[in-house]
Amino acid sequence: MSATTMRLDRREVVRELMKDRGDLVVIAGLGSPGYDLFAAGDHDGNFYLWGAMGGAAMIGLGLAFAQRNRPVLVLTGDGEQLMGLGSLATVAAQKPENLSIVVLDNGHYAETGMQKSHTGLGIDLHRMAEAAGFKAREVVAMQEVAALRREIAQSAGGPRFATIRIGAEDTPRALSERDGVFQKTRFRTHLGIAMP
Amino acid sequence: MNVEATPPTGGILAGPDSAPAPWQRDVFEVLKAARVRQMSFVPDAGHARLIEMFQRDPEVQTTVLSTEEEGVALAAGAWLGGERSVLLMQSSGVGNCINMLSLMETCRFPFLTLVTMRGEWAEFNPWQVPMSRATAPVFEAIGVKVMRLERSEDAAETVEAAAALAFEGEQRLAVLFSQRMLGRKKWVAK
Repeated sequence: MSATTMRLDRREVVRELMKDRGDLVVIAGLGSPGYDLFAAGDHDGNFYLWGAMGGAAMIGLGLAFAQRNRPVLVLTGDGEQLMGLGSLATVAAQKPENLSIVVLDNGHYAETGMQKSHTGLGIDLHRMAEAAGFKAREVVAMQEVAALRREIAQSAGGPRFATIRIGAEDTPRALSERDGVFQKTRFRTHLGIAMP
Repeated sequence: MNVEATPPTGGILAGPDSAPAPWQRDVFEVLKAARVRQMSFVPDAGHARLIEMFQRDPEVQTTVLSTEEEGVALAAGAWLGGERSVLLMQSSGVGNCINMLSLMETCRFPFLTLVTMRGEWAEFNPWQVPMSRATAPVFEAIGVKVMRLERSEDAAETVEAAAALAFEGEQRLAVLFSQRMLGRKKWVAK
C-alpha cells in the first residue's frame, strides 16, 4: 500500500477533533480547513476566515491572550501556515498555554488547482514548530487524532502544534457564512462579550 | 568600524537612560485610559520609551512581532476575545500590512496603530524614503483613516481621539508621528 492511500480523510479527522468540544473556540484558516470545520457542524464558537492568509495563528494568539481560561484552536492548512511562518516564532516566544495550532497537511494548494506546496516538496512544518519551542508532532493515524483531541480541549499545557497528514483527494466544498461582521458578532456573543 | 543606532538625544525624545518625555507618558496614559490590554510591536527607536512603559505594565500583554502584519491579525483575535489592542511600528513596516488590513475592514474590527515616520525629515538613509512616501496612501487605499501628529503638545489629544474612533466607532485608525517631531536619528561610531 502506498503512503498516499494510507493518508487520513480530512473530514473524518476534523469531525473527530470537534467531538465533545466543550469550551473550545476555533479559528479556521481560509479554504478547505474552513469547509471541514463547517462540515463537522457549525458552531457559534467557530470563526471562519475567507482571507487573511498567513494570519490564522496570530488571530489565535490574540484570542488566547484575551480568553486565557478557554482552549483556543487554530485549524489551518499547510499553505496558510507557510505564509505565516514567522508567526510560529512569535507565538512560541509568548508560550500561550491555551493555544493549539493544528495544520491539515495535504502537501498541496487544494483551493487553486492542487499545486504542490513546500510541505509537498519535503518541508516538515512540525519540526520547524518544534525548533521554535512548540510541543509539536506529526499525526498519521486516527487513534492519534483522538489523543490530540483530548489535548487541545485543555486550556493549559500548550502551546501545541500538530501536522495531520491527510489525503490530497478532492473533497466537496461546505460553505460557511462569509459575512465577517456577522461572524464577529456571533463569536463575541458566544463568549458573552458586551458591545462594543 | 561598527556603528550603533541610539535613540535621538538632545531633542524632545528622551535618551536611552532617561525618563520618557512628558508627551510619551501622556500617550501611554491615554491608551491605558482607553482600556488597551494588548500591545504588539516591531521596534523603532521613536517608540522605545512607549514600548518600555507597556512592558513594565502587568495589565498589558506585549508581543514582539516578526513582521508587522502579524500585529494586525493579533488585533483581530484580541477583539474577538473582548480585548483592545494597539500596534506600534515604523513607516517602513506599513507596506507589510496591507493585505491583512482587509481582515479589519471586512469584519469591521477596530484597529489602532501608532506609526513613527522615517524618510521624511533630515533622513540620512535613502532606503527609508519610498515607503515613507507610500505610508499614508497605503493606509488610505485599504480603508485606514490617517491622522498626522506634527507637534508633541497635540500627542495626547490626537491619540485619545484616534482610540475613541477606533474602539467606540469601530473604525481603523493610524496615527503617524512625524519625523520632525521625533527628532533626527543620531548615530554613534564605536
